[in-house]
Amino acid sequence: MAKQSPAPNWQDLALGCATLEAGSSKYQKTGDWRSSRPIWNFEQCVKCGVCTVYCPEGCLKMNADGYPQVDLDYCKGCAICVTECWTGCISMEEEKD
Amino acid sequence: MAVRKGIESSLAIAEAAAACNVDCIAAYPITPQTHIVEHLSELVNDGELDAEFIPVESEHSAMSCCCGTAAAGARTFTATSSQGLALMHEIMFIAANLRLPIVMTVANRALSAPINIWNDHSDVMTERDCGWLQIFAENGQEATDLVPVCHRIAEDKRVLLPIMLNFDGFIVSHVVEPIEMLDRDEIATFLPDYEPQQRLDVDYPITMGPVGMPEVYTEAKMAHEAAVQNAYGPICEILDEFGKKFGRTYKPVETYKTEDADIVFVMMGATAETCMSWVDKVRETGKKVGIVRFRLWRPLPVAAFKEAVKGKKVLGIIDRHFSPGGPGGPVAQEVKYTLYGEKDAPKVVEVVAGLGGRDIDFDTFDNIFDRCQKVLDGGTVPPFELIQARGGHYGKI
Ligand code: SF4
Ligand code: SF4
Repeated sequence: MAKQSPAPNWQDLALGCATLEAGSSKYQKTGDWRSSRPIWNFEQCVKCGVCTVYCPEGCLKMNADGYPQVDLDYCKGCAICVTECWTGCISMEEEKD
Repeated sequence: MAVRKGIESSLAIAEAAAACNVDCIAAYPITPQTHIVEHLSELVNDGELDAEFIPVESEHSAMSCCCGTAAAGARTFTATSSQGLALMHEIMFIAANLRLPIVMTVANRALSAPINIWNDHSDVMTERDCGWLQIFAENGQEATDLVPVCHRIAEDKRVLLPIMLNFDGFIVSHVVEPIEMLDRDEIATFLPDYEPQQRLDVDYPITMGPVGMPEVYTEAKMAHEAAVQNAYGPICEILDEFGKKFGRTYKPVETYKTEDADIVFVMMGATAETCMSWVDKVRETGKKVGIVRFRLWRPLPVAAFKEAVKGKKVLGIIDRHFSPGGPGGPVAQEVKYTLYGEKDAPKVVEVVAGLGGRDIDFDTFDNIFDRCQKVLDGGTVPPFELIQARGGHYGKI
C-alpha cells in the first residue's frame, strides 16, 4: 500500500485501520501539542546525553559540538528532559504564539 | 454421513467448533455457556482437537486474548453469557474495528442486578452497537449448524468481521435435543482452511490498533459501517450454500404462516418455537396470525423485514429487554425505524416479556393477541408495557 496520507478518505484506509508502513510515526508532528518548549543553558551542560535518552519522542540529538539539540517539529513539551537533567541546565519557556 | 443423536445443545455447539478445526479458544466459564468451553477444553486435553485452549482470568482477558490470536491469524472461537459479555464490552468494539474474524457463541442471559442466571436478551441487546455481526438461533440444531456458518461468514474476504451467535440460555443451551451432527469431513467441504488477509508477522511488520486522531476517527467508523452493511450479501450467499449442501436453510428474516395473517408477531430466539405451536393451535379457531423473526440482527435486514410484513395490519412485538426511562424494547424501536414514513405501515403493539427467565407461554401469546386484535378493530395503539409485571405497568413516558 502507498504511504498513508494524513487525511485519507475512508475507502483508502487499510483493513482495520492498520498501519502498514514502518516508521510512520514521523508523520505525526507532536510538536503541535507543545505549550512550552525546553531551553538550554549550555554553560552548565556537561554533554552527558542523559536528556536525549529520556526524551520520549526521541527528538533530542547531540549536535556536532556535543550539546543536545531539540527538533521542535516533534518536541511535545513534556519537560521530562528538565526533570532528568542532573545539572539543572534545561528550563521550560511558554510558547508565545 | 451426518449422524443424528440426542445431545445437550452446548455439547453439540462445542463439537461443531471442534469440527471447524478452530486453532484457538480463549474463554472463561459463566453460566449458562460453561458446558461449551468446558467440553472444548476436554476435547483439547484428550487430543481430539489440535488447538490452543487458553484458560484466562476473566472475560475481559478472554476477548483480549481472542483479539491477539485472531490478529496472529488463528481461527478463534469463544463463548460467553451475561456478565461475561458485559465484562468484554470494552474489547468488543476493538475486535470489531480491527476487523478480527472471531466467532463467539452467546447463551443469552439476564444482566444483574438482581443477580439472575436465567434467560432474556439484556446481554446481547446491550452490545447492539459494538459493530459485530449478530445472528440468532432458535434451537440446538440451528445453533450447531450456525457455528461453521459463522466461521465462514467472519473469515470471508468480503466480510472480515467478528460474529456473535446468540441462543437462549438454558432454554437452548441445556436442552438435550436430537441434533444432526456434521463431522469434520463434511464441514471441510463447506469451510475451507482459514487464510488470513492481514496478520501480525515479524517478517512483514504492521501496526494493528494505532491511534485514530479526530482527522481519521470518522473515516474509520464509516469504513466499519460499510463493512457491516456489505456483509449482508455474503451472509445470504453463505446461508444459501449451507442450505443446498446440508438441507437446512436459514434466512436473515424467517416467517411462519404469515401469508394470510392480519396480525403478525415479531420476536427473536427460542420464544418463536413456542409461538409456532401456539399459532398452530389458535389457527384452528380461525385466528389469522403468523410470526416474523429476525435471525440476523446486525446488519439489520431492513428490506427483507419490510417485505415480510408488507400488507400486514398489526405487528405484536415481544422484546426480551428494554431501556428504563426510554422508548421501550430494542426490537420494537428498530421495527418502527424500518416502518417510519412507509405508506400503509402496520400498527405496532409492543410488549416486553420473558425477563430474567419469566416463562412466555400460550397465555402470554393470548394476551398479546388480544391487544393486537383491539388495535385491528380500530382501538388506539397502547404504549409499550411490561405485561408480566405483577402490580401492572408503571405509567408511561
Ligand atoms: S520537552 Fe519532552 S519532548 Fe521536548 S525535548 Fe524535552 S523530553 Fe523531549
Ligand atoms: S542531561 Fe543536562 S547536562 Fe546532560 S547533556 Fe542533557 S542538558 Fe546537558
